[in-house]
Amino acid sequence: MSEEAERLAYILRDPLFPCIQCGKCTGSCPISVISPHFNIRKLLYEILNSEGEDIAQKKEMLWDCSTCTTCVVRCPKEVDPADLIISMRSVLVEDGQVPPKIRDVLKSISIRGNPWNIGQEKRSEWAEGLEIKSIADAEILYYVGCTVAFDPRLQKIAKALAKTLAKAGINFGTLGNDEVCCGNEIRRMGDIWSFDALKEMNIEMFKQFPIKQIITSSPHCYNTFKNEYTELGIEVKHYTQIIPDLIKKKKLSFSKKFEKTVTYHDPCFLGRQNQIFDEPRDILKSIPSLNFVEMDRTRERALCCEGGGGRMWIEAYETMERTATIRVKEALDCGAEILATACPFCLLTLEDAVKSGELEDKIQILDIVEIVSQVID
Amino acid sequence: MSKTRVGVYICHCGVNIKSTVDVTKLTEFASKLPHVSVAKDYIYLCSDPGQELIKNDINEFNLNRIVVAACSPRMHEPTFRKALRSAGINPYCLEIANIREHCSWVHEDIEKATKKAESILAATVAKASLLEPLEEKEVDVIPTALVLGGGIAGIQAALDIADTGFKVYLVEKDPSIGGHMMQLDKTFPTLDCSACILTPKMSDVGNHPNIELLTYSEITNVGGYVGNFKVTIKKKPRYIIEDKCNGCGNCISYCPIEMPDPFNLNLSKTKCLYIPFPQAVPACFVIDPDYCRYTLNRECKQCEPVCKELGAIDLKQKEQFIEVDVGTIIVATGFDTFDPTLKPELGYGLYPNVITGLEFERLSSASGPTTGDVMINGKKPKNVVFIHCVGSRDKTVGNEYCSRVCCMYTAKQAHLIKDKIPDAKVTVFYIDVRAFGKGFEEFYDRVKQEGIIYRRGNVAEVYKRGEKLVVKAEDTLLGQLVEVETDLVVLAVGMVPRADSNTVNNLLKLSQSSDKFLLEAHPKLRPVDTASDGIFLAGCCQGPKDIPDTVAQASAAASKACIPLSQGKVRTEAQVAQVNDLLCRGCGFCVEVCPYDAIELKPTVIAGETVDVASVNEVLCKGCGACVAACLSGAIQQKSFTDEQLLSMIASLGESYE
Repeated sequence: MSEEAERLAYILRDPLFPCIQCGKCTGSCPISVISPHFNIRKLLYEILNSEGEDIAQKKEMLWDCSTCTTCVVRCPKEVDPADLIISMRSVLVEDGQVPPKIRDVLKSISIRGNPWNIGQEKRSEWAEGLEIKSIADAEILYYVGCTVAFDPRLQKIAKALAKTLAKAGINFGTLGNDEVCCGNEIRRMGDIWSFDALKEMNIEMFKQFPIKQIITSSPHCYNTFKNEYTELGIEVKHYTQIIPDLIKKKKLSFSKKFEKTVTYHDPCFLGRQNQIFDEPRDILKSIPSLNFVEMDRTRERALCCEGGGGRMWIEAYETMERTATIRVKEALDCGAEILATACPFCLLTLEDAVKSGELEDKIQILDIVEIVSQVID
Repeated sequence: MSKTRVGVYICHCGVNIKSTVDVTKLTEFASKLPHVSVAKDYIYLCSDPGQELIKNDINEFNLNRIVVAACSPRMHEPTFRKALRSAGINPYCLEIANIREHCSWVHEDIEKATKKAESILAATVAKASLLEPLEEKEVDVIPTALVLGGGIAGIQAALDIADTGFKVYLVEKDPSIGGHMMQLDKTFPTLDCSACILTPKMSDVGNHPNIELLTYSEITNVGGYVGNFKVTIKKKPRYIIEDKCNGCGNCISYCPIEMPDPFNLNLSKTKCLYIPFPQAVPACFVIDPDYCRYTLNRECKQCEPVCKELGAIDLKQKEQFIEVDVGTIIVATGFDTFDPTLKPELGYGLYPNVITGLEFERLSSASGPTTGDVMINGKKPKNVVFIHCVGSRDKTVGNEYCSRVCCMYTAKQAHLIKDKIPDAKVTVFYIDVRAFGKGFEEFYDRVKQEGIIYRRGNVAEVYKRGEKLVVKAEDTLLGQLVEVETDLVVLAVGMVPRADSNTVNNLLKLSQSSDKFLLEAHPKLRPVDTASDGIFLAGCCQGPKDIPDTVAQASAAASKACIPLSQGKVRTEAQVAQVNDLLCRGCGFCVEVCPYDAIELKPTVIAGETVDVASVNEVLCKGCGACVAACLSGAIQQKSFTDEQLLSMIASLGESYE
């Protein structure tokens, strides 16, 4: 390990000293359920009792964490285990000791400005035929996000949200092919250097337009703009925050029925990390004929789907089961036909779980805005 | 006036000062300062020989101002003042130069520290030579106390003061005294029946000739000062005339309204015309105006005719305000239990079989809703999980402290489950077991012997699996996640300050420590005093504690509260603010900033005109100096801290920089 890495490894011990080894973190950790060797409490204890020299030896399990932050919000001593993971990952990134899949993502970010290794010219493919304005001609920026822009399944979210915003008469535009990654996941993969570069690049680009507000479809983009782009100075909203208001002001009305039993999965970056629990539920409850039911574990108690913290690109080490599979079971248990969410990563992981469980005829995964767009015409 | 003759005494404080400050050099320096007649150093000035040294010198050298260069005046100023007094000079002709906390303890370089000590000492001598003798006034004390709160702390304090022979007003906001202790089933570690040991004390209160019990009452205003407090008490209407009700209870069956029973923590129903519990003191009924159909809508009135003979029911009763004069006040307002809905992962409020420790006490108590059978949904639980530290040692809810009773009450409750349901499987999840009190560790051993499983881990989540609850945690000793299926989860909720504590704190001008409990005057040496003279603390309003600690503290507070009552007089602060009437422009800024309500504007005749002039009540003034700083006209000076005295210090410090 390099000298620099050793130095970094050493300084992360300070904030860990208040830890009383109570186990709230590991007990709460969704990854520990499916991947028992991942024990954040134990890792923390080992680090506290080391000089940082053996960090690299933990490298396989370090990539398991989905940065859901359940451990962070519940820690009685305000220790931040997720931050520990991120800083340990950053040591490995600096040292070049990252798994190939992570390496590819980081490379794609620096070459293409997105993590999916797809040409930027395809970024606005989803908008073809939709007559979506450029932000130069609008006042509200719809920041689409890499995964929504490139993934064929998720492009439906972008289309649905664009349709909904247009219907509500919102003067919005996009950055088109100039949009680059927000960096939320990159930061959590430990590449804090690329994150800083992306942040600077994005803030520079946003400054070129008189943007009044940024709307995101992904809670991940929302989170980093809101909490980590400290110099941004523009109001940022996840789309679930603006729709209830549009309904109240009668700018959106639902003319069609949605006769299904629907439950809602709280995305970690929306609920747990930003306390947006009620707005998504308010939207669903206002849809005609929609029968809204809750799972046993909701809101602060919701189970992470494993989609964050770089886990979109890499599997957990020696995992037994996926949490998304458990989550889909919970949705079925409460009688839902539709498991709605409001996060592109959650949608993909949950849909994967439905497919691998061959449950397609029992339950369907939809983003809330997809349901909204079906009932507004 | 006689010539100013200053004596300077420099303390070594063992090595505390001597190791960093060259005391010989400092003494030599002091002897050359203006007005100084004698300068000496000594190993411990606070010792008897040290004080004798000063006293002898006062006589020998005819000294009239003394400077002691030693520790903080917070430590030994009173000691040396007494020495001055006994040597026959005014005790306020003393000035302390703090060369320990302000110098030797915070520096390493001997030369520089000595230089700094010289500056401090020179400034202090400059001030000392300008000091004026001051007189403390004495005021009479009203030989009566007021105790606020009728839990075990308030009961004990009231009884002790009353037994000493003074009159006590005991003010309780609920319809009966008894507090939380009345709600408990057994007490740890002795397993005494809580109500059985409490009710004799309650009836003592009810029957004591020196105690005037004011239940269902709250204080609404407090004025005055130690020895002479004026307290306004609001008696809420109980719609029953206390003197007439004999507690027969014939009226209950005529009351058609049911409401959740507050004594049973809403686990059962009671009529809205009720007595909190059979042993209530006073044994008098009460009508809850939030439920009674008459008080709400002027309907019903079915109860009134039933009590024709005694005529104790008065649905038109109004609240009453009583003003009482007391010499001292004891605050014993108790605690609330932590609200576990703030820990959503534990499922309280969501699952009916997740209950708090206090709710368990009611379920386990013979006077509770199940007459002591622990039943959940009509069934005896076969698996019970207890969870420690709910709302304690937890920064996420702002409570950093340990609540001190939960480890032991959980052990006791686990024992009670085993006692009542011998085949039940009982698991306790803990972080640390703190069995620190007398008999606690022995009790913990006993409970473990009874087959109760202690697992180390802070429970992460409670969720449902079919009809069962699942408690999930990491067993940190195994390093493995565990799930325990259970029928009943008991949360060992900690103690928090009363939700309405701010009202009382503001009325009495009490400060809180960082844990939001009431702050004592000194954590070690004045644990039952407050910063306000004549107001004392007892029980959990000051911080979580168990019954024996509460009783001990209550007796301590009672004994403290009796000191001014038995002395009959209190001395007031001498270093008070004084107003120069001619300079005062009557703006009233000083009135606004005074935290003790000690200043008022009084019409005064100045040069033939009647104008408003600030006037300081020297009994209320604590000499904090806020008014002095606020006065724009420079009309207020604080005795022993006058502008002239302070400027002389600044001038001296300036000189030492030249």
